[in-house]
Amino acid sequence: MVPFAGYSMPLSYGDVGQVASHNHVRKSVGIFDVGHMVQSNFRGKTAVNFLEWLTPSSLSSLKPYASTLSVLLNEKGGIIDDTIVTKHASDAFYVVTNAGRRERDLAWFKEKLAEWNASETGKNGPVEHEVLENWGLLALQGPEAASYLQGLTSFDLSQLTFGNSAFVPIEGFNLHVARGGYTGEDGFEISIPPSQTLEVARLLTKSPVQLIGLGARDSLRLEAGMCLYGNDMDETTTPVEAGLSWVIGKERKEAGGFIGAEAVQQQLKDGPSRRRIGLVVEGAPARQGAKIFSPNKDELGIVTSGIPSPTLGKNIAMGYVKSGWHKKGTEVQVEVRKQLRKGVLTPMPFIKPNYWRG
Amino acid sequence: MRAGPLHIRALHIKKYTEEHELVNFDDATGVGIVSITDHAQSVLGDVVFVELPTVGTTFNQGDQIGAVESVKAASDIYAPVSGTIEAINENLSGEPGLLNKSAEDKGWLCKIKLSDPAELDKLLTWEDYKKTYVE
Repeated sequence: MVPFAGYSMPLSYGDVGQVASHNHVRKSVGIFDVGHMVQSNFRGKTAVNFLEWLTPSSLSSLKPYASTLSVLLNEKGGIIDDTIVTKHASDAFYVVTNAGRRERDLAWFKEKLAEWNASETGKNGPVEHEVLENWGLLALQGPEAASYLQGLTSFDLSQLTFGNSAFVPIEGFNLHVARGGYTGEDGFEISIPPSQTLEVARLLTKSPVQLIGLGARDSLRLEAGMCLYGNDMDETTTPVEAGLSWVIGKERKEAGGFIGAEAVQQQLKDGPSRRRIGLVVEGAPARQGAKIFSPNKDELGIVTSGIPSPTLGKNIAMGYVKSGWHKKGTEVQVEVRKQLRKGVLTPMPFIKPNYWRG
Repeated sequence: MRAGPLHIRALHIKKYTEEHELVNFDDATGVGIVSITDHAQSVLGDVVFVELPTVGTTFNQGDQIGAVESVKAASDIYAPVSGTIEAINENLSGEPGLLNKSAEDKGWLCKIKLSDPAELDKLLTWEDYKKTYVE
């Protein structure tokens, strides 16, 4: 057990090792208890406009029950948090944010909501924010996730494609199920009211489902090329630097109108000074903090996450390098224990994702 | 006064460090075989990479001589005693998992020719080492 965002969480369950857990998710199905994450509802006539002010996403054009990865930005365009925003209707959104950013995010929501509701637009349709305290969140992940869940519901899951959500009847419970996750595999994130978490967890943890801890969660997400807030991005990182320009709505890149827009638009125009990249490193695994150098030993940047990949049998890492050094195939050197090791810039995700797109 | 002849003295002395290294010292040759303990491998989990020192290098007690990497973390290895590296376990480069299967035997790391065997006295006995992680 390790302390994590105010919770005590298992790195692994029982004596199942991290690699065995990791492989089980890639080959079969595992479940993650991510109930520590912060689930919120935003409701009100101008909810869509409010969230388009807080994030650079095009939420107006998002279809009902569709989700998108997004970012909360500060005035300088720095990432306060990354988040998944699900639109139920233009006046109802379900938002999941990181547990490690709980205090910062909730204070930010409160401050910005007060500002919004005092403005002309806000007065016409105030927005309410509700935190779903003590709700459960279970992520069922892996190529056998769909067949397992299908065994518990009459809802045709083949109709629920990657990035979409639905209320699904599961053995008498009516639960919000989002297709997606943090592993690169097909899967579902299931939101559960406080009184039902235990019973639903029991339903979802029968064979072949295995409980998966934080250790494998990290190696799975890294293979999938996904960022961990605090490692791979923080408030000094912009979405352009983080390779997340795609979360910015096409028309919003021009029109702006979101917090941090000026800085982001400037970077989109001039290009960022550094960029998030993927690396494959020879010999020793490069981990967070390892410096990246050019073949001439000029310092280029730093590794922000790195592991020996259980799936690929290679050392993978992500990090930031100076623009110009960010192209795939570029050879660099990475310092591990005072020795320079060869690294090659490699596109992410490192593994081929296995999403259900119908 | 010594009770028996020299050759029945304990020829092998096993001593431990708080950093979970083990040195198996052979009194006859003056060489110690360095491993990580079985407890250490169980905490580390699946070992995927082992970095070992170069044969011929001289280290002081406590110097970093290598590292053991699992998916979870990198763990530095420190020289439990001062001396010169006489050999390294070449099998670990192709089969790092030996460390999990047989940490204190087939998964040995390196052999050190001790420059000062008296340093062994500063290391922990098995009983004392065990107390460092058993409550």
